[in-house]
Amino acid sequence: MEPFLTDRYGNPSGAHATARDAVRALDEAREQVAEHLGCAPGEVVFTSGGTEADVHAVSGGLPPRSGVPICPSTEHHAVLATVDVLGGTVLSVDRAGRIDLDDLRTRLAWLRTAATEETGPGPSVVSVMLANNELGTINDLDAVADVLADVAPGVPLHTDAVQAAPWLDVRERAAAADMVSISAHKFGGPRGSGVLVVRDRVDIAPLLHGGGQERGRRSGTVDVAGAVGLAAALAVTVADRRATAERVAGLRNDLLSRITAAPFAVRSTLGATGWPPPSGDDPDEVLPNFAHVLVADVDPEPLMFLLDAAGVRASSASSCSSGALRPSHVLSAIAAAGAGVEGAALRLTLGPETTADDVDHAVAALQAVIGRLRQHRSNPVVPGVAPDGSVPAVPTAGGTAVASGAGHS
Amino acid sequence: MRILVALSGGVDSSVAAALLVADGHEVVAVTLRLWGGPSDQGCCSVSDVEDARRAAAQLGIEHHVFDFAERFEQQVVEPYVADHAAGRTPNPCVECNRHLKFDALLERADLLGFDALATGHHARIVSVDGRRHVARATDTAKDQSYVLHPLVAPATDRVLFPVGGLTKAQVRERAGELGLRTAHKPDSQDTCFITASGGREAFLSPRTDLHPGEIVDVDGAPVGRVDAVELVTLGQRRGLSLAGGGDRRYVVDVDVAGRRVVVGPPERLQRTRVDLRGVRWNGPVPGDEVSVQTSAHGTAEPATITDVDIDAGRATVRWVRSRPLVAPGQSVVVYRDDIVLGGGTAERST
Repeated sequence: MEPFLTDRYGNPSGAHATARDAVRALDEAREQVAEHLGCAPGEVVFTSGGTEADVHAVSGGLPPRSGVPICPSTEHHAVLATVDVLGGTVLSVDRAGRIDLDDLRTRLAWLRTAATEETGPGPSVVSVMLANNELGTINDLDAVADVLADVAPGVPLHTDAVQAAPWLDVRERAAAADMVSISAHKFGGPRGSGVLVVRDRVDIAPLLHGGGQERGRRSGTVDVAGAVGLAAALAVTVADRRATAERVAGLRNDLLSRITAAPFAVRSTLGATGWPPPSGDDPDEVLPNFAHVLVADVDPEPLMFLLDAAGVRASSASSCSSGALRPSHVLSAIAAAGAGVEGAALRLTLGPETTADDVDHAVAALQAVIGRLRQHRSNPVVPGVAPDGSVPAVPTAGGTAVASGAGHS
Repeated sequence: MRILVALSGGVDSSVAAALLVADGHEVVAVTLRLWGGPSDQGCCSVSDVEDARRAAAQLGIEHHVFDFAERFEQQVVEPYVADHAAGRTPNPCVECNRHLKFDALLERADLLGFDALATGHHARIVSVDGRRHVARATDTAKDQSYVLHPLVAPATDRVLFPVGGLTKAQVRERAGELGLRTAHKPDSQDTCFITASGGREAFLSPRTDLHPGEIVDVDGAPVGRVDAVELVTLGQRRGLSLAGGGDRRYVVDVDVAGRRVVVGPPERLQRTRVDLRGVRWNGPVPGDEVSVQTSAHGTAEPATITDVDIDAGRATVRWVRSRPLVAPGQSVVVYRDDIVLGGGTAERST
């Protein structure tokens, strides 16, 4: 992508040679993305990232699609907040944070009835993320599409595949979706570059009006470097995906089994003894790089602080704009479904480059940090008194032990 | 030393951190997220977190944000509301220092392995007979020792006030030399969760019932009305919009339950003693004459301490010369010279 930030500076909207060079690069990027996402090149809309893609798909652009948008309660805030702004409906989820299909069926049927009686608008869109960005659990979009076809044919299905894209075959898993959002930064591409796939059958207005770029669906000079970078990163990711997922799932299972063993008393949030890597036919599959655990008897803030100091870049719930930890809407949602969520929530994610040594380091750091925090809790230091020298030291060596998927999806 | 510095986003704490860095300490900065609601300035707004983060970056130190909003709500905001509902005049900054900065944050600093906690308060720590006390700042006009009175040993062993020995002008000069973007930032003045536009009334009215009341003179004759008896402070003179001219009249009694405020001449306010609750002493209780301060920017006056019950946190201040009463809920701080010996909360003045 670098030449497009320097020498190859053409604006693809122009007509001269420099512009044509940019158009060609953009066309190639678009074709590459289309191939990997299973759509036609003309169905690829380059965006400023996952949030823009989500807001565009859920709203239907400006003016918004008429009707009531629907999503489950564990969606990313880009979807949830848009549904909320448009007066939409939020569905319940199961204990793993996946959409409740019975609830979907009931609400859709009710909205359809209401619309035919002219007492209210019908459903406008259903938005269901492919994989959850906090828990890593996966929704079966084919099953969602079946409900839609049955109860509300013609209502478009959108999926936020931002978290899933590096690990799952989006082409296959999101084949039933009418719109798909991805973001380059999740698979090694540049931040601020994303794609919304809009299948030709879907009616959508532009969210950004203006010069009519991207076949009139997204105005503004296209970020050629961002698009080229996204396409290149996606190509590399897809080529290695199967092998990487298998290897990382092994490391993740090792990490999870070691930290959930005594004496940690850390438990897997989803309760599974061994989380299977995605296979496509397992109902309890989880993204291969996700380990979400609950740590009893410690506060999340000091846990994060000490893990960070020890080179483990984990996350607890979602981070907010000012940097402080906030309660997770995903954990609240699964708690409402009956899941136990007591303790400090810890999302440990692995990256394609994570090694067995990194896992060893993370396990040691977790052991030291959790031990220290538990000891402090059972024997708190009176403010003003030096801590007991027997408190285990936190290892500080090493760099990133467990690479986080980097916060937001 | 490994020092955690509370960086509020203001100039004082930025310079405090800079001084510690210059002294060669290992310094990590933290900004407390205390209040999520509307705020003009203070320790809480997002822009202050950004100023703190930028200052930390300029100093080359790590910056973190700790979310203490829940404790702040429970230990500062809720008591503030309850005090007003009961007709008292609370001092939330004292409670924030007591419960948040020098309890929760100091404990967190210990937990995270820091040797000390530093803040940008204008105060000093002074040793007396091996015991460390809060003492007045070099810049007496900016002195914050009054709002720090709950901080006693041994917590004082692990607290640093790096700018307490500097004047405010020196602090700003130092910030300017360092190119800190907080150098010319105005001082925060008021309670961080009360906005200038809405005032106490806008803050309190959704949280507790405020009641209009009658203002009467000492003979019981009506002279005006107030929108909220809960917001009237004993000893207050301004803001009552009383009819007619005549002599200065002060609030000499507030009866919240009876929705009645009594105003009278200043001599009606004169008292010789004030009873305290929640008293915390830093060391032995003084038996001789001390000086006692009853407001953040007031002057200390001579008094003796009697009727001390350490376990119950009670004591009585007897003024050498009679003086106007102390509004219930206000902090009363006992000094010897510049040194804080203890303090508590005013109850009845007689």
